[in-house]
Amino acid sequence: MSTLLSPSDRAMLAGEHGPASQMAMRILERMRPIVGADAYLDITAAHIDSALYQGDATLAFAERLAALGARVAVPTTLNVSGVDEQGWHAWAVPEDWAEKARRQMVAYQSMGCKPTWTCAPYQESQRPALGDQIAWGESSAVVFANSVLGARTAQYPDLLDICAAITGRAPAAGLHLEENRAGQVLFRLQGVPSGLMESDSFYGVLGHLVGKAVGDRIPVIDGLEARPTEDQLKALGAAAASSGAVALFHMIGITPEAPTLEAAFQMRRPERVMDVTMELLRTARDELSTAGETKLDMVVLGSPHFSLAEFRALAPLLRGKRRHPDVQLLVTASRVVRALAARDGSAAAIEAFGGTVTVDTCILTTPMLPRKVETLMTNSAKYAYYAPGLLGTRIVYGSLEDCVCSAVSGRIERDDTLWGT
Amino acid sequence: MGYVIDGHPLVPGAACGVALVSTDPLSFWGGYDQNTGEIIDRRHPLSGSNARQRILAIPGTRGSSTTTAVLLEAVHQGTAPAALLAMGVDTFLALASVVADELYGHNLPVVALAPEDFALLRSGQHLRIEADGRVHIDS
Repeated sequence: MSTLLSPSDRAMLAGEHGPASQMAMRILERMRPIVGADAYLDITAAHIDSALYQGDATLAFAERLAALGARVAVPTTLNVSGVDEQGWHAWAVPEDWAEKARRQMVAYQSMGCKPTWTCAPYQESQRPALGDQIAWGESSAVVFANSVLGARTAQYPDLLDICAAITGRAPAAGLHLEENRAGQVLFRLQGVPSGLMESDSFYGVLGHLVGKAVGDRIPVIDGLEARPTEDQLKALGAAAASSGAVALFHMIGITPEAPTLEAAFQMRRPERVMDVTMELLRTARDELSTAGETKLDMVVLGSPHFSLAEFRALAPLLRGKRRHPDVQLLVTASRVVRALAARDGSAAAIEAFGGTVTVDTCILTTPMLPRKVETLMTNSAKYAYYAPGLLGTRIVYGSLEDCVCSAVSGRIERDDTLWGT
Repeated sequence: MGYVIDGHPLVPGAACGVALVSTDPLSFWGGYDQNTGEIIDRRHPLSGSNARQRILAIPGTRGSSTTTAVLLEAVHQGTAPAALLAMGVDTFLALASVVADELYGHNLPVVALAPEDFALLRSGQHLRIEADGRVHIDS
C-alpha cells in the first residue's frame, strides 16, 4: 500500500505544529493502516464524544492534550458530558464524579470546542451538508449524519474523534468513500399496517430489529408507506446503532442517497434480503422491555436528546394532568433546545406536570438516578437497550402517550392496538 | 494436543491466558464493567463472566463510540483482558490499545483472525499469543 501523506501531515508528525498536533497525528498514523487507509482527507467539522467522563483515564487523556496546548482545526461540537454542570446537585451524582466530569468538560472547551453538550448536534448547530466530509463520534449522531443528512463520516470512537478535530484530517477509508456507502442488506416491509408506520414507536422497534439482524452491514429499508419525521428517523438510527453497529442506513424514497433501490445499492445486488413481518416486529418490540410487573418508578424521555418538536408533542399530552406521586418524569435535552422550549411554554408544561428537564447529559452517562429507581419506562429504544446493563434497572418500551398515561396512573400501561396483540 | 493459527496483529504483543469466547459482538459501553472486568450486557451470552486477564475473543464491538473509553479505563484499573482476539479488523479495540500505549506504555495485544480460525476457539482453552500474530491453542 503506497502512503500519501501531505507535507502538512508529515510536519505534524514531526512535531512542527506543536506537541498536541504531534500526539494526535501519531495516534491517527497508528490507526491509519488498521482502518485500511493509505491517505488522509480534509474534514470540515467534528463532533466529539471523548468529553464524556468515564474515569481517570479519559480525564488524563483530555488533560494531557489540553496541557500540550491542543486546539481544534475545524468547527467542533461536543457530545453529552458526564454531568449536568449546573443541575447535578438535585440528583444522586457523587461530588467527586461531578468534579472530575467538570474538569473533563473544561479540558475540551479549552481546545476550542463549542460547549453544545448534546448527542443530537444536528438539532441546533449548523448542519453538515450532503457530501461533506466530517469526523463525528456518538453512534446515534453518526448514523443520522450519514443517513439523513448524507454527510460522510466513519463511526469515530472516543479518543480518535478529537485527534481528527485537532489535525483537521481523517483517514480516507470506510464511509468517507462513495464506494463503501452502497447498501448491503435489503429489508422489505411486508404487511405492516400504515397506521403503525405513522406511529413514533414503530421506528425504534424497526431500528432495533434491523440493527440486530445486520450487525455492521449497511441496511436498506424498502416499502415504507409513510413520510417519517426527522425525530422518527433519529429514533430508528439510534436503535440500529445500539442493537447493531449501523453507521449508515438507506430508506428508499426518503434518505438522500436512496432515490431508488438501484441507487441505494449502487447497482450491486443485496447480499441478503429479509422480509420484515408483524411477527418479527412484535418480537423486537418485546425484546425492548425487561419488566413484567406493572409498578413504575420513572419515565425517561430524550435519547437521543429531545428535539423542540418532541417538546411540543409532549406538552399538550401533559396539560391539566399531574404525575403520580411515586413516579418521576425526566426529559433529557440540550441547553439550547431547553431554552427554546422554555420560550414557547412547552418546558413549563413539563414542570406543571411535576416533571424535570436535565441538560448536558443523560441517565446513561451520569450516575444521577437514585438506587430506589428500579423500573423505568421510555419511548426511546436506545434507553431501553442500554438501561438494564448500564443502570441495572428494568425497563419498558412504549409510545409517548403510553409513557404519559403510566406516569399519571403510577402503573405501566400500554396501548397495544397498533401492534395487533 | 495443540495447534497454531495465524492471526494478523492489529496491535502486536505477546500474551497468554485462558480464552473467553463468544460469537456475539460486544459493546464495552453498557457491556463491560470497567471496575471488575465482568461482562454486564444482560442480553449477551457472556453476561456474568469475568474477562479480566482472560483472552477475550469476540467477533468485534458494536454500537457505542464509548467502547474505546471503557476499555482504556479497564486497562488503567487493571481489569482489562490480557489480549483481544477479533474476527477481522476491529478499530475500536485497536484504538483503545494504541491510546493505552500512548498514555500508560501498556501493551494490550489485539489480533484479527479469519472466521475459520476464530471458529476453532472455545472458552477455557489455554492460548498463547505471539507478537507476529500467531495464536497457540492448547486444549
